[in-house]
Amino acid sequence: MKQEGNALGGLGSAAKTVLLILYALFALFPLLWMLILSFKPDSEMFTTTFIFTPTLENFRAVFAESDFLRTLWNNLVVSVLAVGLSLVAGVPAAYALGRFDFKGKEDIAFTFLSFKFAPEILVIIPLYLIYQQLHLIDSIVGLVWVYQLISLPLLIWILRGFFEDLSKDMAAAAQLDGYSWWQVFFKMLLPLVKPGLVAAGLLCFIFCWNSFTFALLLGGGNTRTSTVSMTRFLASDTVHYGWVAAAALICALPEIILALLIQKHLVRGLSFGVVKG
Amino acid sequence: MQPFIALAPSFLLTIGILIPFIVAIFYSFTDRTLRSSAFNIIGIGNFVDTFTSPDFWHSVSITLGYAFWATGIEMVLGLGIALLLNEENWLSKFLRLVLIFPLMVAPVIGALVWQLMTNPSVGILRFPLSWIGLGGFRWSADPNYALFSVVLIDIWIYTPFVVILALAGLRSLPKSPYEAALIDGGSAWFIFRNLTLPMLAPVLLIALIFRLMTSLQEFAIIFASTRGGPGDRTLSVAIAAYSQAFSFYNLAGSIPMLLFLWAFIYAVCFILISYWRKAQKSHCERCRL
Repeated sequence: MKQEGNALGGLGSAAKTVLLILYALFALFPLLWMLILSFKPDSEMFTTTFIFTPTLENFRAVFAESDFLRTLWNNLVVSVLAVGLSLVAGVPAAYALGRFDFKGKEDIAFTFLSFKFAPEILVIIPLYLIYQQLHLIDSIVGLVWVYQLISLPLLIWILRGFFEDLSKDMAAAAQLDGYSWWQVFFKMLLPLVKPGLVAAGLLCFIFCWNSFTFALLLGGGNTRTSTVSMTRFLASDTVHYGWVAAAALICALPEIILALLIQKHLVRGLSFGVVKG
Repeated sequence: MQPFIALAPSFLLTIGILIPFIVAIFYSFTDRTLRSSAFNIIGIGNFVDTFTSPDFWHSVSITLGYAFWATGIEMVLGLGIALLLNEENWLSKFLRLVLIFPLMVAPVIGALVWQLMTNPSVGILRFPLSWIGLGGFRWSADPNYALFSVVLIDIWIYTPFVVILALAGLRSLPKSPYEAALIDGGSAWFIFRNLTLPMLAPVLLIALIFRLMTSLQEFAIIFASTRGGPGDRTLSVAIAAYSQAFSFYNLAGSIPMLLFLWAFIYAVCFILISYWRKAQKSHCERCRL
Protein backbone atom coordinates (compact mmCIF):
# COMPACT_ATOMS: atom_id res chain seq x y z
CA MET A 1 0.00 0.00 0.00
CA LYS A 2 1.14 3.45 -0.82
CA GLN A 3 0.64 6.45 1.36
CA GLU A 4 -2.16 7.92 -0.77
CA GLY A 5 -4.75 6.12 1.32
CA ASN A 6 -3.35 7.58 4.44
CA ALA A 7 -5.24 10.09 6.57
CA LEU A 8 -1.85 11.24 7.74
CA GLY A 9 -0.72 11.65 4.14
CA GLY A 10 -0.82 15.40 4.61
CA LEU A 11 1.83 15.19 7.29
CA GLY A 12 5.41 15.75 6.29
CA SER A 13 7.61 12.69 6.47
CA ALA A 14 9.69 14.35 9.19
CA ALA A 15 6.59 14.78 11.36
CA LYS A 16 5.64 11.16 10.76
CA THR A 17 9.08 9.98 11.80
CA VAL A 18 8.94 12.04 14.98
CA LEU A 19 5.51 10.66 15.90
CA LEU A 20 6.67 7.10 15.26
CA ILE A 21 9.79 7.56 17.34
CA LEU A 22 7.76 9.03 20.20
CA TYR A 23 5.47 6.01 20.20
CA ALA A 24 8.43 3.63 19.88
CA LEU A 25 9.96 5.29 22.93
CA PHE A 26 6.72 4.80 24.88
CA ALA A 27 6.46 1.15 23.78
CA LEU A 28 10.08 0.10 24.15
CA PHE A 29 11.65 2.26 26.84
CA PRO A 30 9.93 0.45 29.75
CA LEU A 31 11.46 -2.82 28.54
CA LEU A 32 14.84 -1.14 28.14
CA TRP A 33 14.51 0.22 31.69
CA MET A 34 13.83 -3.32 32.93
CA LEU A 35 16.98 -4.47 31.10
CA ILE A 36 19.05 -1.65 32.64
CA LEU A 37 17.82 -2.26 36.19
CA SER A 38 18.49 -5.98 35.89
CA PHE A 39 22.22 -5.28 35.48
CA LYS A 40 22.38 -2.57 38.13
CA PRO A 41 23.95 -3.46 41.51
CA ASP A 42 21.88 -2.79 44.64
CA SER A 43 24.47 -0.29 45.88
CA GLU A 44 24.00 1.96 42.84
CA MET A 45 20.26 1.40 42.47
CA PHE A 46 19.20 4.72 43.98
CA THR A 47 22.19 6.89 43.09
CA THR A 48 22.74 6.33 39.36
CA THR A 49 20.58 6.31 36.25
CA PHE A 50 22.28 5.13 33.07
CA ILE A 51 25.94 5.01 34.02
CA PHE A 52 26.90 2.34 36.56
CA THR A 53 29.06 -0.74 36.94
CA PRO A 54 27.03 -3.58 35.41
CA THR A 55 26.73 -6.76 37.43
CA LEU A 56 25.23 -10.22 37.06
CA GLU A 57 24.58 -10.33 40.80
CA ASN A 58 20.81 -9.82 40.35
CA PHE A 59 20.54 -12.86 38.10
CA ARG A 60 22.62 -14.96 40.47
CA ALA A 61 20.53 -13.86 43.44
CA VAL A 62 17.21 -14.50 41.72
CA PHE A 63 18.22 -18.09 41.04
CA ALA A 64 20.21 -18.80 44.20
CA GLU A 65 18.29 -16.90 46.89
CA SER A 66 14.70 -17.41 45.82
CA ASP A 67 12.62 -20.24 44.43
CA PHE A 68 12.34 -18.47 41.08
CA LEU A 69 13.96 -21.29 39.14
CA ARG A 70 11.41 -23.76 40.49
CA THR A 71 8.53 -21.47 39.55
CA LEU A 72 9.95 -21.09 36.04
CA TRP A 73 10.03 -24.86 35.80
CA ASN A 74 6.43 -25.10 37.07
CA ASN A 75 5.32 -22.57 34.48
CA LEU A 76 7.06 -24.51 31.73
CA VAL A 77 5.58 -27.86 32.78
CA VAL A 78 2.03 -26.55 33.16
CA SER A 79 2.13 -24.57 29.91
CA VAL A 80 3.64 -27.37 27.83
CA LEU A 81 1.20 -29.96 29.16
CA ALA A 82 -1.72 -27.57 28.66
CA VAL A 83 -0.79 -26.89 25.04
CA GLY A 84 -0.18 -30.61 24.47
CA LEU A 85 -3.63 -31.49 25.77
CA SER A 86 -5.16 -28.71 23.69
CA LEU A 87 -3.47 -30.05 20.58
CA VAL A 88 -4.72 -33.60 21.17
CA ALA A 89 -8.30 -32.44 21.74
CA GLY A 90 -8.34 -29.34 19.58
CA VAL A 91 -6.85 -30.49 16.28
CA PRO A 92 -9.66 -32.99 15.52
CA ALA A 93 -12.24 -30.41 16.61
CA ALA A 94 -10.73 -27.77 14.34
CA TYR A 95 -10.68 -30.34 11.52
CA ALA A 96 -14.38 -31.10 12.00
CA LEU A 97 -15.32 -27.42 12.18
CA GLY A 98 -13.14 -26.43 9.25
CA ARG A 99 -13.81 -29.23 6.78
CA PHE A 100 -17.33 -30.51 7.40
CA ASP A 101 -20.75 -28.98 7.03
CA PHE A 102 -23.20 -30.12 9.63
CA LYS A 103 -26.13 -28.72 11.53
CA GLY A 104 -25.25 -26.37 14.35
CA LYS A 105 -21.62 -26.05 13.26
CA GLU A 106 -21.42 -22.29 13.73
CA ASP A 107 -23.17 -22.57 17.10
CA ILE A 108 -20.64 -25.12 18.29
CA ALA A 109 -17.74 -23.00 17.10
CA PHE A 110 -19.24 -19.95 18.80
CA THR A 111 -19.71 -21.91 22.03
CA PHE A 112 -15.98 -22.57 22.19
CA LEU A 113 -15.26 -18.89 21.59
CA SER A 114 -17.84 -17.74 24.14
CA PHE A 115 -15.79 -19.21 27.01
CA LYS A 116 -13.72 -16.08 26.52
CA PHE A 117 -16.67 -13.89 27.53
CA ALA A 118 -16.71 -15.28 31.06
CA PRO A 119 -14.51 -13.39 33.54
CA GLU A 120 -11.77 -15.72 34.77
CA ILE A 121 -12.84 -15.22 38.39
CA LEU A 122 -16.35 -16.47 37.57
CA VAL A 123 -14.82 -19.80 36.51
CA ILE A 124 -12.29 -19.86 39.34
CA ILE A 125 -14.70 -19.48 42.28
CA PRO A 126 -16.84 -22.59 41.65
CA LEU A 127 -13.83 -24.47 40.31
CA TYR A 128 -12.05 -23.74 43.58
CA LEU A 129 -14.78 -25.61 45.47
CA ILE A 130 -14.75 -28.52 43.03
CA TYR A 131 -10.94 -28.70 43.13
CA GLN A 132 -11.07 -28.69 46.94
CA GLN A 133 -13.19 -31.83 46.89
CA LEU A 134 -11.11 -33.53 44.19
CA HIS A 135 -7.85 -32.46 45.90
CA LEU A 136 -6.78 -30.66 42.74
CA ILE A 137 -5.91 -27.31 44.36
CA ASP A 138 -2.20 -26.65 43.92
CA SER A 139 -1.79 -29.56 41.51
CA ILE A 140 -0.33 -29.69 38.01
CA VAL A 141 -3.40 -31.60 36.75
CA GLY A 142 -5.73 -28.92 38.08
CA LEU A 143 -3.84 -26.10 36.40
CA VAL A 144 -3.44 -27.95 33.10
CA TRP A 145 -7.18 -28.53 33.04
CA VAL A 146 -8.19 -24.94 33.72
CA TYR A 147 -5.56 -23.67 31.25
CA GLN A 148 -7.65 -25.34 28.55
CA LEU A 149 -9.87 -22.28 28.84
CA ILE A 150 -6.94 -20.21 27.61
CA SER A 151 -5.52 -22.46 24.93
CA LEU A 152 -8.30 -24.66 23.57
CA PRO A 153 -10.64 -21.98 22.09
CA LEU A 154 -7.64 -20.16 20.64
CA LEU A 155 -6.22 -23.30 19.05
CA ILE A 156 -9.55 -24.49 17.64
CA TRP A 157 -10.34 -21.14 16.08
CA ILE A 158 -6.91 -20.53 14.53
CA LEU A 159 -6.61 -24.04 13.14
CA ARG A 160 -10.16 -24.06 11.87
CA GLY A 161 -9.19 -21.17 9.59
CA PHE A 162 -6.15 -23.04 8.32
CA PHE A 163 -8.24 -26.14 7.56
CA GLU A 164 -10.84 -24.00 5.74
CA ASP A 165 -8.12 -22.58 3.51
CA LEU A 166 -7.21 -26.00 2.11
CA SER A 167 -8.87 -26.99 -1.12
CA LYS A 168 -11.86 -29.30 -0.69
CA ASP A 169 -11.26 -31.12 -3.98
CA MET A 170 -7.95 -32.48 -2.80
CA ALA A 171 -9.38 -34.39 0.12
CA ALA A 172 -12.28 -35.59 -2.03
CA ALA A 173 -9.83 -36.94 -4.61
CA ALA A 174 -7.90 -38.75 -1.89
CA GLN A 175 -11.09 -40.26 -0.55
CA LEU A 176 -11.97 -41.52 -4.04
CA ASP A 177 -8.57 -43.18 -4.13
CA GLY A 178 -9.73 -45.27 -1.20
CA TYR A 179 -8.24 -43.27 1.66
CA SER A 180 -10.31 -43.37 4.83
CA TRP A 181 -11.40 -40.29 6.74
CA TRP A 182 -8.52 -40.63 9.17
CA GLN A 183 -5.96 -41.38 6.49
CA VAL A 184 -6.94 -38.23 4.62
CA PHE A 185 -6.53 -36.35 7.86
CA PHE A 186 -3.17 -37.74 8.93
CA LYS A 187 -1.47 -38.26 5.57
CA MET A 188 -2.70 -35.24 3.67
CA LEU A 189 -4.22 -32.44 5.67
CA LEU A 190 -2.08 -32.53 8.78
CA PRO A 191 1.21 -32.04 6.89
CA LEU A 192 -0.38 -29.18 4.96
CA VAL A 193 -1.49 -27.27 8.05
CA LYS A 194 1.73 -27.97 9.92
CA PRO A 195 3.08 -24.38 9.77
CA GLY A 196 -0.23 -23.13 11.12
CA LEU A 197 -0.24 -25.84 13.74
CA VAL A 198 3.21 -24.85 15.00
CA ALA A 199 2.27 -21.16 15.08
CA ALA A 200 -1.01 -21.84 16.89
CA GLY A 201 0.71 -24.10 19.41
CA LEU A 202 3.42 -21.54 20.13
CA LEU A 203 0.88 -18.74 20.54
CA CYS A 204 -1.12 -20.90 22.95
CA PHE A 205 2.10 -21.52 24.84
CA ILE A 206 2.78 -17.78 25.09
CA PHE A 207 -0.70 -17.16 26.50
CA CYS A 208 -0.46 -20.03 28.99
CA TRP A 209 2.99 -18.91 30.07
CA ASN A 210 1.68 -15.35 30.54
CA SER A 211 -1.44 -16.30 32.44
CA PHE A 212 -1.69 -15.18 36.02
CA THR A 213 -5.13 -15.37 37.61
CA PHE A 214 -5.69 -19.14 37.37
CA ALA A 215 -2.25 -19.91 38.77
CA LEU A 216 -2.63 -17.30 41.51
CA LEU A 217 -5.91 -18.67 42.87
CA LEU A 218 -5.91 -22.36 41.95
CA GLY A 219 -2.18 -22.94 42.36
CA GLY A 220 -0.16 -22.82 45.57
CA GLY A 221 3.26 -23.43 47.04
CA ASN A 222 3.95 -26.55 44.98
CA THR A 223 2.76 -25.28 41.62
CA ARG A 224 3.50 -21.57 41.86
CA THR A 225 4.29 -20.27 38.39
CA SER A 226 6.83 -17.59 37.56
CA THR A 227 4.19 -14.95 36.80
CA VAL A 228 2.79 -15.39 40.31
CA SER A 229 6.16 -15.49 42.04
CA MET A 230 7.18 -12.28 40.29
CA THR A 231 4.52 -10.23 42.07
CA ARG A 232 5.88 -11.52 45.37
CA PHE A 233 9.30 -9.95 44.77
CA LEU A 234 7.74 -6.50 44.97
CA ALA A 235 5.52 -7.36 47.90
CA SER A 236 8.36 -8.47 50.17
CA ASP A 237 9.65 -6.10 52.87
CA THR A 238 13.08 -5.37 51.44
CA VAL A 239 12.48 -4.88 47.76
CA HIS A 240 15.42 -5.70 45.51
CA TYR A 241 14.41 -3.82 42.40
CA GLY A 242 17.26 -5.42 40.49
CA TRP A 243 15.86 -8.86 41.31
CA VAL A 244 12.41 -7.86 40.08
CA ALA A 245 13.90 -6.60 36.83
CA ALA A 246 16.10 -9.68 36.35
CA ALA A 247 13.22 -12.07 37.03
CA ALA A 248 10.89 -10.16 34.71
CA LEU A 249 13.53 -10.20 32.00
CA ILE A 250 14.11 -13.94 32.29
CA CYS A 251 10.35 -14.55 32.15
CA ALA A 252 9.82 -12.21 29.19
CA LEU A 253 12.73 -13.29 26.99
CA PRO A 254 11.36 -16.66 25.77
CA GLU A 255 8.09 -15.03 24.77
CA ILE A 256 9.79 -12.33 22.76
CA ILE A 257 11.84 -14.95 20.91
CA LEU A 258 8.76 -17.11 20.25
CA ALA A 259 6.80 -14.07 19.07
CA LEU A 260 9.51 -13.28 16.53
CA LEU A 261 9.40 -16.88 15.30
CA ILE A 262 5.67 -16.85 14.62
CA GLN A 263 5.46 -13.26 13.40
CA LYS A 264 3.96 -14.26 10.06
CA HIS A 265 0.96 -15.88 11.73
CA LEU A 266 0.53 -13.40 14.53
CA VAL A 267 -2.38 -11.44 13.02
CA ARG A 268 -4.36 -14.58 12.42
CA GLY A 269 -3.49 -15.95 15.82
CA LEU A 270 -4.29 -12.87 17.86
CA SER A 271 -7.66 -12.44 16.15
CA PHE A 272 -8.62 -16.09 16.73
CA GLY A 273 -8.29 -16.79 13.01
CA VAL A 274 -10.93 -14.20 12.13
CA VAL A 275 -8.52 -11.81 10.37
CA LYS A 276 -6.35 -13.67 7.88
CA GLY A 277 -3.17 -11.64 7.90
CA MET B 1 -21.32 -38.80 12.80
CA GLN B 2 -17.59 -38.36 12.18
CA PRO B 3 -17.44 -34.62 12.98
CA PHE B 4 -19.03 -35.28 16.35
CA ILE B 5 -16.47 -37.94 17.26
CA ALA B 6 -13.76 -35.42 16.38
CA LEU B 7 -15.41 -32.77 18.55
CA ALA B 8 -15.93 -35.09 21.52
CA PRO B 9 -12.56 -34.63 23.28
CA SER B 10 -12.87 -30.84 23.22
CA PHE B 11 -16.41 -31.08 24.53
CA LEU B 12 -15.34 -33.34 27.38
CA LEU B 13 -12.60 -30.91 28.38
CA THR B 14 -14.86 -27.88 28.30
CA ILE B 15 -17.72 -29.58 30.10
CA GLY B 16 -15.32 -29.51 33.01
CA ILE B 17 -15.63 -25.74 32.73
CA LEU B 18 -19.38 -25.63 32.09
CA ILE B 19 -20.19 -27.65 35.20
CA PRO B 20 -18.53 -25.09 37.51
CA PHE B 21 -20.50 -22.41 35.72
CA ILE B 22 -23.78 -24.14 36.62
CA VAL B 23 -22.48 -24.77 40.14
CA ALA B 24 -21.77 -21.05 40.44
CA ILE B 25 -25.33 -20.14 39.46
CA PHE B 26 -26.63 -22.63 42.03
CA TYR B 27 -24.45 -21.24 44.84
CA SER B 28 -25.56 -17.68 44.06
CA PHE B 29 -28.92 -18.62 45.62
CA THR B 30 -27.26 -19.85 48.83
CA ASP B 31 -25.15 -18.41 51.65
CA ARG B 32 -22.13 -20.58 50.84
CA THR B 33 -18.81 -19.22 52.16
CA LEU B 34 -15.34 -20.18 51.09
CA ARG B 35 -14.50 -21.70 54.46
CA SER B 36 -17.37 -23.98 55.35
CA SER B 37 -19.15 -26.39 53.07
CA ALA B 38 -22.45 -26.05 54.95
CA PHE B 39 -24.96 -23.72 53.34
CA ASN B 40 -28.64 -22.78 53.22
CA ILE B 41 -30.67 -21.83 50.19
CA ILE B 42 -31.67 -18.20 50.65
CA GLY B 43 -33.29 -17.34 47.33
CA ILE B 44 -32.47 -14.14 45.53
CA GLY B 45 -31.01 -12.38 48.57
CA ASN B 46 -27.49 -12.17 47.13
CA PHE B 47 -28.76 -10.58 43.94
CA VAL B 48 -30.86 -8.03 45.86
CA ASP B 49 -27.92 -7.19 48.13
CA THR B 50 -25.54 -6.79 45.20
CA PHE B 51 -27.75 -4.74 42.93
CA THR B 52 -28.85 -2.38 45.73
CA SER B 53 -25.31 -1.79 46.97
CA PRO B 54 -23.68 1.52 46.00
CA ASP B 55 -20.27 -0.21 46.24
CA PHE B 56 -21.24 -2.56 43.43
CA TRP B 57 -22.34 0.28 41.14
CA HIS B 58 -19.12 2.11 42.01
CA SER B 59 -17.20 -0.96 40.79
CA VAL B 60 -19.32 -1.02 37.64
CA SER B 61 -18.41 2.60 36.96
CA ILE B 62 -14.70 1.84 37.51
CA THR B 63 -14.92 -1.13 35.13
CA LEU B 64 -16.72 0.92 32.48
CA GLY B 65 -14.28 3.81 32.88
CA TYR B 66 -11.30 1.49 32.60
CA ALA B 67 -12.68 -0.30 29.52
CA PHE B 68 -13.82 2.93 27.85
CA TRP B 69 -10.56 4.83 28.21
CA ALA B 70 -8.26 1.87 27.60
CA THR B 71 -10.16 0.59 24.55
CA GLY B 72 -10.85 4.06 23.16
CA ILE B 73 -7.27 5.27 23.34
CA GLU B 74 -5.89 1.96 22.08
CA MET B 75 -8.18 2.03 19.04
CA VAL B 76 -7.35 5.62 18.05
CA LEU B 77 -3.64 5.37 18.84
CA GLY B 78 -3.37 1.91 17.28
CA LEU B 79 -5.02 2.99 14.04
CA GLY B 80 -2.83 6.10 13.87
CA ILE B 81 0.36 4.13 14.39
CA ALA B 82 -0.74 1.53 11.84
CA LEU B 83 -1.27 4.29 9.24
CA LEU B 84 2.20 5.63 10.01
CA LEU B 85 3.77 2.18 9.81
CA ASN B 86 2.11 1.29 6.51
CA GLU B 87 5.11 2.36 4.50
CA GLU B 88 8.17 0.58 3.23
CA ASN B 89 11.16 2.19 4.88
CA TRP B 90 13.69 0.86 7.34
CA LEU B 91 12.12 2.55 10.37
CA SER B 92 8.64 1.11 9.66
CA LYS B 93 10.09 -2.31 8.98
CA PHE B 94 12.09 -2.29 12.20
CA LEU B 95 9.23 -0.97 14.32
CA ARG B 96 6.75 -3.50 12.92
CA LEU B 97 9.12 -6.13 14.27
CA VAL B 98 9.72 -4.76 17.76
CA LEU B 99 6.48 -2.97 18.62
CA ILE B 100 4.76 -6.27 19.43
CA PHE B 101 7.08 -6.87 22.40
CA PRO B 102 4.81 -5.23 25.01
CA LEU B 103 1.95 -7.41 23.78
CA MET B 104 3.93 -10.62 24.13
CA VAL B 105 5.20 -9.90 27.62
CA ALA B 106 2.86 -11.15 30.38
CA PRO B 107 0.43 -8.42 31.55
CA VAL B 108 1.74 -8.99 35.07
CA ILE B 109 5.25 -8.18 33.89
CA GLY B 110 3.88 -5.11 32.12
CA ALA B 111 2.42 -3.96 35.42
CA LEU B 112 5.73 -4.64 37.22
CA VAL B 113 7.80 -2.86 34.59
CA TRP B 114 5.62 0.22 34.93
CA GLN B 115 6.08 0.07 38.67
CA LEU B 116 9.83 0.14 38.04
CA MET B 117 9.27 3.15 35.76
CA THR B 118 7.06 5.13 38.13
CA ASN B 119 8.63 4.13 41.43
CA PRO B 120 9.54 7.27 43.44
CA SER B 121 13.06 6.01 44.23
CA VAL B 122 14.21 4.00 41.18
CA GLY B 123 11.70 5.07 38.53
CA ILE B 124 13.21 6.88 35.59
CA LEU B 125 10.05 8.94 35.09
CA ARG B 126 10.77 10.96 38.24
CA PHE B 127 13.34 13.02 36.30
CA PRO B 128 11.23 14.36 33.42
CA LEU B 129 8.37 14.93 35.86
CA SER B 130 10.53 16.98 38.22
CA TRP B 131 11.76 19.12 35.30
CA ILE B 132 8.19 20.17 34.60
CA GLY B 133 7.44 20.70 38.28
CA LEU B 134 5.56 17.46 38.90
CA GLY B 135 8.28 15.92 41.05
CA GLY B 136 5.81 14.70 43.65
CA PHE B 137 3.51 12.91 41.19
CA ARG B 138 2.60 9.61 42.80
CA TRP B 139 1.02 7.75 39.88
CA SER B 140 -1.08 4.81 41.05
CA ALA B 141 -0.64 5.82 44.72
CA ASP B 142 -2.47 9.09 44.06
CA PRO B 143 -6.23 8.49 44.41
CA ASN B 144 -7.01 10.96 41.63
CA TYR B 145 -4.61 9.43 39.10
CA ALA B 146 -4.67 5.75 40.06
CA LEU B 147 -7.15 4.73 37.36
CA PHE B 148 -5.22 6.77 34.80
CA SER B 149 -1.97 5.03 35.81
CA VAL B 150 -3.49 1.57 35.45
CA VAL B 151 -5.18 2.43 32.15
CA LEU B 152 -1.78 3.63 30.92
CA ILE B 153 -0.35 0.13 31.50
CA ASP B 154 -3.26 -1.39 29.57
CA ILE B 155 -2.60 1.06 26.72
CA TRP B 156 1.09 0.19 26.75
CA ILE B 157 0.36 -3.54 26.50
CA TYR B 158 -2.55 -3.64 24.07
CA THR B 159 -2.03 -0.78 21.60
CA PRO B 160 0.24 -3.08 19.53
CA PHE B 161 -2.70 -5.50 19.25
CA VAL B 162 -4.77 -2.84 17.46
CA VAL B 163 -1.72 -1.81 15.42
CA ILE B 164 -1.03 -5.23 13.95
CA LEU B 165 -4.71 -5.93 13.20
CA ALA B 166 -5.17 -2.52 11.56
CA LEU B 167 -1.94 -3.00 9.60
CA ALA B 168 -3.16 -6.34 8.28
CA GLY B 169 -6.40 -4.65 7.26
CA LEU B 170 -4.59 -1.79 5.54
CA ARG B 171 -2.41 -4.15 3.58
CA SER B 172 -5.36 -6.10 2.23
CA LEU B 173 -7.11 -3.00 0.84
CA PRO B 174 -7.66 -2.98 -2.92
CA LYS B 175 -5.71 -0.34 -4.82
CA SER B 176 -8.11 0.65 -7.60
CA PRO B 177 -10.52 2.79 -5.52
CA TYR B 178 -7.56 4.86 -4.38
CA GLU B 179 -6.36 5.44 -7.92
CA ALA B 180 -9.86 6.60 -8.86
CA ALA B 181 -10.06 8.89 -5.83
CA LEU B 182 -6.67 10.38 -6.64
CA ILE B 183 -7.76 11.18 -10.17
CA ASP B 184 -10.81 12.93 -8.70
CA GLY B 185 -8.42 14.89 -6.51
CA GLY B 186 -9.79 13.90 -3.08
CA SER B 187 -7.92 15.20 -0.05
CA ALA B 188 -6.04 12.79 2.21
CA TRP B 189 -8.66 13.20 4.94
CA PHE B 190 -11.54 12.75 2.45
CA ILE B 191 -9.99 9.52 1.16
CA PHE B 192 -9.39 8.23 4.67
CA ARG B 193 -12.91 9.08 5.84
CA ASN B 194 -14.75 7.74 2.79
CA LEU B 195 -12.55 4.91 1.57
CA THR B 196 -10.06 3.61 4.10
CA LEU B 197 -12.22 3.75 7.22
CA PRO B 198 -15.30 1.98 5.76
CA MET B 199 -13.12 -0.71 4.22
CA LEU B 200 -11.21 -1.17 7.47
CA ALA B 201 -14.42 -1.39 9.49
CA PRO B 202 -14.54 -5.20 9.77
CA VAL B 203 -10.97 -5.46 11.06
CA LEU B 204 -11.42 -2.52 13.42
CA LEU B 205 -14.61 -4.06 14.79
CA ILE B 206 -12.76 -7.29 15.51
CA ALA B 207 -10.07 -5.34 17.34
CA LEU B 208 -12.77 -3.47 19.27
CA ILE B 209 -14.59 -6.67 20.24
CA PHE B 210 -11.42 -8.32 21.55
CA ARG B 211 -10.27 -5.20 23.38
CA LEU B 212 -13.64 -4.63 25.07
CA MET B 213 -13.93 -8.30 25.99
CA THR B 214 -10.53 -8.30 27.69
CA SER B 215 -10.56 -4.85 29.28
CA LEU B 216 -14.01 -5.32 30.85
CA GLN B 217 -12.74 -8.39 32.70
CA GLU B 218 -9.16 -7.25 33.27
CA PHE B 219 -7.78 -8.67 36.49
CA ALA B 220 -4.03 -9.24 36.24
CA ILE B 221 -2.97 -5.68 35.40
CA ILE B 222 -5.06 -4.09 38.15
CA PHE B 223 -4.21 -6.76 40.70
CA ALA B 224 -0.47 -6.54 40.09
CA SER B 225 -0.36 -2.75 40.15
CA THR B 226 -2.93 -1.51 42.70
CA ARG B 227 -5.07 -4.43 43.95
CA GLY B 228 -8.06 -2.10 43.58
CA GLY B 229 -6.59 0.69 45.67
CA PRO B 230 -5.89 3.30 46.83
CA GLY B 231 -9.18 2.94 48.69
CA ASP B 232 -11.59 1.77 46.03
CA ARG B 233 -10.32 3.94 43.19
CA THR B 234 -9.41 1.05 40.89
CA LEU B 235 -11.77 -1.53 42.38
CA SER B 236 -13.26 -2.98 39.21
CA VAL B 237 -16.01 -5.61 39.32
CA ALA B 238 -13.53 -8.46 38.79
CA ILE B 239 -11.27 -7.24 41.61
CA ALA B 240 -14.23 -6.51 43.91
CA ALA B 241 -15.61 -10.02 43.35
CA TYR B 242 -12.17 -11.48 44.03
CA SER B 243 -11.88 -9.71 47.36
CA GLN B 244 -15.47 -10.64 48.32
CA ALA B 245 -14.74 -14.31 47.68
CA PHE B 246 -11.12 -14.67 48.74
CA SER B 247 -10.61 -11.93 51.35
CA PHE B 248 -14.06 -11.83 52.96
CA TYR B 249 -14.90 -15.49 52.13
CA ASN B 250 -18.34 -14.30 50.95
CA LEU B 251 -18.33 -16.71 48.05
CA ALA B 252 -22.05 -16.70 47.26
CA GLY B 253 -22.20 -12.93 47.47
CA SER B 254 -19.49 -12.48 44.84
CA ILE B 255 -21.25 -14.51 42.15
CA PRO B 256 -24.08 -12.06 41.25
CA MET B 257 -21.45 -9.41 40.46
CA LEU B 258 -19.63 -11.78 38.14
CA LEU B 259 -22.81 -13.00 36.46
CA PHE B 260 -23.70 -9.36 35.81
CA LEU B 261 -20.25 -8.73 34.32
CA TRP B 262 -20.48 -11.88 32.21
CA ALA B 263 -23.94 -11.01 30.87
CA PHE B 264 -22.79 -7.49 30.09
CA ILE B 265 -19.70 -8.65 28.17
CA TYR B 266 -21.78 -11.23 26.34
CA ALA B 267 -24.39 -8.65 25.31
CA VAL B 268 -21.83 -6.07 24.17
CA CYS B 269 -19.87 -8.62 22.14
CA PHE B 270 -23.03 -10.09 20.64
CA ILE B 271 -24.17 -6.69 19.37
CA LEU B 272 -20.72 -5.86 18.01
CA ILE B 273 -20.41 -9.24 16.30
CA SER B 274 -23.68 -8.67 14.45
CA TYR B 275 -22.35 -5.26 13.33
CA TRP B 276 -19.18 -6.99 12.22
CA ARG B 277 -21.13 -9.48 10.10
CA LYS B 278 -22.95 -6.58 8.40
CA ALA B 279 -19.73 -4.64 7.85
CA GLN B 280 -18.04 -7.67 6.39
CA LYS B 281 -20.89 -8.23 3.94
CA SER B 282 -20.82 -4.66 2.64
CA HIS B 283 -17.02 -4.83 2.61
CA CYS B 284 -17.14 -7.77 0.21
CA GLU B 285 -19.64 -6.05 -2.07
CA ARG B 286 -17.18 -3.21 -2.32
CA CYS B 287 -14.40 -5.62 -3.20
CA ARG B 288 -16.34 -6.96 -6.13
CA LEU B 289 -16.78 -3.50 -7.63
